[in-house]
Amino acid sequence: MAKVLVVTSGKGGVGKTTTTAALGAALAQGGQSVVVIDFDVGLRNLDLVLGAERRVVYDLINVVQGEAKLSQALIRDKRVETLSLLAASQTRDKDALSEEGVGRIIAELREKFDWVICDSPAGIERGSALAMRFADVAVVVTNPEVSSVRDSDRIIGLLDSKTERAEKGERMEKHLLITRFDPAREMRGEMLKTEDVLEILSIPLLGIIPESEEVLRASNVGSPVTLNAPLSAPARAYLDAAKRLRGEVVAMTVPTERRAGLLSKLFRRAA
Amino acid sequence: MNLLSFFQRRRGSAPIARDRLQVLLAHERAVLGQRDLVAILREEILAVIGRHVRVDSDKVRVKMDRGASISTLEVDIEIPTAEGGLKLAIAG
Repeated sequence: MAKVLVVTSGKGGVGKTTTTAALGAALAQGGQSVVVIDFDVGLRNLDLVLGAERRVVYDLINVVQGEAKLSQALIRDKRVETLSLLAASQTRDKDALSEEGVGRIIAELREKFDWVICDSPAGIERGSALAMRFADVAVVVTNPEVSSVRDSDRIIGLLDSKTERAEKGERMEKHLLITRFDPAREMRGEMLKTEDVLEILSIPLLGIIPESEEVLRASNVGSPVTLNAPLSAPARAYLDAAKRLRGEVVAMTVPTERRAGLLSKLFRRAA
Repeated sequence: MNLLSFFQRRRGSAPIARDRLQVLLAHERAVLGQRDLVAILREEILAVIGRHVRVDSDKVRVKMDRGASISTLEVDIEIPTAEGGLKLAIAG
């Protein structure tokens, strides 16, 4: 049965879009059919991170308003064929998104895909409320930093009260994903410890993504990090997180960067 | 720099961040209302029932309606039986 997953955080810049792209690609690489939806109307970026910015013809709002069919708006990834994108509108107002329209599209996508991943905008306004509204599962992206943890706490409260599931009295499955993690700084006591963040937010841990230059490199070239550098530390962390989402038990580790050998260094120069 | 701040610097600033967050969030959760009371009740009810009967976590519904003078808590649990299903509903 299809699962609708929202990637949310409250705070901006913590890695929601990077996470949506990486988890979406990781699930698709594992053979699942996945659609990722950008809910950031007016400030779309998921298309850019996935390298599909020049292929967007119709977007979410066109489909909500009945100006395009869903099949016309879905953009299939050129590298992983089981991954599709539904872009946000760059020119329209976010008020054009109606709850009824979003509900209808998500119901339709549930029929076609194993995973429907909603990339929430920052904040707690309309866009983020609609991104989480029909979700079964939430991934709360948090940096080990005070303002991000505070905003995540607020978002967890909203997931437990404002989603369709919460209103029906059903369980909203929530997972914490810690991003931009730096083990050396945690060790020196300069960065909130994972166990402290977990104790404060008290939702289960899905994964710890280490800070890495590979994340920026992947977005520079428009490819999810799990595809662009599958052996890098952040990619391995995302691939493990995707397995946990599918119910596999994977030991929780913080992957570290392997020392690059001469061959891979030469290869990178050439690339 | 006095001795205290010297040690604090050596220990790192993360414990200060944790303490500040714990105080702040305890306050904010109280102000914003018992944010996940229903979620907590749900987990605990499930744990209690699960000690005696096997229940599917998706078959438990806990719903709270807050009214002006009276609030109701509705608990709806489906317990599987050999024949098919027994529904247990508690309202209060």
